[in-house]
Amino acid sequence: MNASPATPVLTLSTIGKDYAAPVLDDVSLVLQAGEVLALTGENGAGKSTLSKIVCGLVPPTRGQMQLGGQAFRPASRRDAERQGVRMVMQELGLVNTLSVAENLLLDRLPNRAGWINRTELHALAARQLAKIGMHDIDPATKVSRLGIGQQQMVEIARNLQDDTRVLVLDEPTAMLTPRETSHLFEQIDLLKARGVAIVYVSHRLEELQRIADRVAVLRDGRLVDVRAMAGVREAELVQRMVGRAVHEHEGRARRVAGPVLLRARGLGRAQAVRDVDLELRAGEVMGLAGLVGSGRTELVRLLFGADRADRGEISLQANGQTTHQAPRGWRSPMQAIRAGIGLVTEDRKSQGLLLPQSIRTNTTLSDLGAISRAGWLQRAKERGIAQRLVALLRVRSRSIEQPVSTLSGGNQQKVVFARWLHRECKVLLLDEPTRGVDVGARADLYAELDHMTDAGKALLMVSSDLRELMAMCDRIGVMSAGRLVAIFERGEWSEQSLLAAAFSDASGRAETSSTASNPDPANPLLPSTTAKAVTP
Amino acid sequence: MSAAVPPTISTNPVPAAPSALKGQLGTYLGLTAVLVGMIVLFGAMSEYFLSRDTFVSIANEIPALAVMAVGMTFVLIIAGIDLSVGSVLALSAAVTAAAILQWKLSVPLAALLGLATGLVCGTVTGAVSVAWRLPSFIVSLGMLEAVRGGAYLVTDSRTQYVGDAISGLAAPWLGGISVAFVLAVVLVVVAQLVLTRTVFGRQVVGIGTNEEAMRLAGIDPRPIRIIVFALTGLLAGLAGLMQSARLEAADPNAGVGIELQVIAAVVIGGTSLMGGRGSVVNTFFGVLIIAVLEAGLAQIGASEPSKRIITGAVIVVAVIIDTLRQRRADQRGM
Repeated sequence: MNASPATPVLTLSTIGKDYAAPVLDDVSLVLQAGEVLALTGENGAGKSTLSKIVCGLVPPTRGQMQLGGQAFRPASRRDAERQGVRMVMQELGLVNTLSVAENLLLDRLPNRAGWINRTELHALAARQLAKIGMHDIDPATKVSRLGIGQQQMVEIARNLQDDTRVLVLDEPTAMLTPRETSHLFEQIDLLKARGVAIVYVSHRLEELQRIADRVAVLRDGRLVDVRAMAGVREAELVQRMVGRAVHEHEGRARRVAGPVLLRARGLGRAQAVRDVDLELRAGEVMGLAGLVGSGRTELVRLLFGADRADRGEISLQANGQTTHQAPRGWRSPMQAIRAGIGLVTEDRKSQGLLLPQSIRTNTTLSDLGAISRAGWLQRAKERGIAQRLVALLRVRSRSIEQPVSTLSGGNQQKVVFARWLHRECKVLLLDEPTRGVDVGARADLYAELDHMTDAGKALLMVSSDLRELMAMCDRIGVMSAGRLVAIFERGEWSEQSLLAAAFSDASGRAETSSTASNPDPANPLLPSTTAKAVTP
Repeated sequence: MSAAVPPTISTNPVPAAPSALKGQLGTYLGLTAVLVGMIVLFGAMSEYFLSRDTFVSIANEIPALAVMAVGMTFVLIIAGIDLSVGSVLALSAAVTAAAILQWKLSVPLAALLGLATGLVCGTVTGAVSVAWRLPSFIVSLGMLEAVRGGAYLVTDSRTQYVGDAISGLAAPWLGGISVAFVLAVVLVVVAQLVLTRTVFGRQVVGIGTNEEAMRLAGIDPRPIRIIVFALTGLLAGLAGLMQSARLEAADPNAGVGIELQVIAAVVIGGTSLMGGRGSVVNTFFGVLIIAVLEAGLAQIGASEPSKRIITGAVIVVAVIIDTLRQRRADQRGM
């Protein structure tokens, strides 16, 4: 490559990015040819934003970049690609119905007067695949027939033009099997030898040990550490990611837990959720922590019947008696709702609300029977109920006839809450209930959670915000690679221990289901894999 | 003339109406303006247009189209489509005719059998598309062919003359208006009430808006989808009875292509093909517009080709106007 080893390929100086609030601030980094720089941090630490800035998807608010000594201000992704900076995104950008060759050369198909020259197309594609050691893929194969790992490799090959100087890989192994992962790592080694500088975004610490030369840690949008990977211990990294100044709401007392309301045994669905045992008790909030993709949402959907379980059973109790039993999971959400379960979905816009419709309509949706007689809606009664709930939850709106699409995120979420107050549920499942919710509305929602537990409901709350979980929950379960790997009682957790459990899997994906650890929920334990991961 | 004016127009805009109602009335007003404009235009172009006879004939043309459009409105609101209504119309009429002529059943029983035929056809369309999660476009396209084949089979591929045994439905009644017209208007009003005031209507609109949200709110969308198609089949059957009552015959080619007229009427009425939004009353305006257009073009002596070109243009222009109006309303809502 044209940059001499002495001059860095890419230099970032005091890069910052503001959306509503700053998400990235004062990040300075230097990237050398032929090195792999790992970029790591918690969910929302700014990793994705930084990668997007580098590859031209979003412009930085502050700061400069230099590429090979020249000022680098990509106007678009294409512009960055022209200058040799490319990114392999988490979502694959391949056209499934076309062949590997067509995908590789999509923007410059060899043709004569519009007619594609197949011989040349396949020859060019084969050469490009060979460059990353993918001799075994036939360029004529349709992309849809490849495994997800091979697709990932094709995506990488597409981004490996001769002029590639910087390659950003965003969580490239999230969907790969261990075998595909090791194959990918071999290719990365080849790229390094060719002098390509690689930014490797990941929060799988085990992998970083194997592949990275240096590691940069982001926390709350700031670069808190850059160091050589060799000799770094995992515990140190976790500590850097979390920082120290936390534990704000640690003081609250544990709520008094009542009898078990919901019990799940051996619950599972494909690879997403595996052998989960769980008990939810009246009057308490259980948290569910874990990385994105660890199976938290999938577990909640199984508990609600939104997806069907492959294995395991769910039962509901009242006064020590089993009132509802689903020996192979719920058959449908209707069944779960009749048993007394409610769900506040992760994505309220696509799965929760009827956006163009009124607050009134959205509120009463969970129980139309209660506002109708012989199939006819009792409109005065419906208005009364909606008005009462809107006032109770302090939904800011002009009237109950206002379309929910015009409400702020926090007020939309309050409407979803109102729905599960309209239909009394005993167990409420909440998936990221405060995502996109402003601080004021967030406090209102927390207060409502307290009311619900006071009323003897059992709550299960998924959140990527550990501080929120630590403030609100009485117990926190941690999921990793589809398993509930640990459950901590209030007072026994720390941000470090929670994160360590969340990061513990990686090796768990190696498919040894018979040795699956199935922790006793009453007995929190740190999974043994952590210890192994620390010393490579 | 009072004959062509549906009762709903009498709810003229009240200045101090609450905002939700104002939007509704705005739509009525727009469609009424189009209708009145067309009547004035045709009246100016032909001295015979503004006569009692024209309106009576329009009123008699309307019922079959209107009852099918009522069903189609519900189908479009759940983001489906039913292309088979014309064929179902023909088969229902054919079964009724066969019941009277060949099986010697009483007229009420034969009519009931015709309606049941429509109900079964609609149920099949709905159930197949729900069971295998197929687009209703495909399933109803198949039904369009298959049911038409059934109509040929039952009629032996010939028009079956039933005589005046069933003409009562179409006979002039109050001031020249037929029972069928009154029935259609009553159906429009009832269907509008069902859509806006019942649990079923609420579920239909909800499913068209966001089916997954409805499922996660505890409402199973599948039976509701099937019921909507079943009702549409039933109404197409009723349209078949109306048509054969008017013609005193069952024609195996009856209603060929009428599904497009039905869909056009519903769309002119502002119902979204994407689902979630629609009004039966507005659909009725769409039916009136199509009927007046057809009668007017015939009255001024437009040739068949120019009739079709003008009709096509009116459909598209009407929808453009409605889309712009809706977009403006959405922006104001934000």
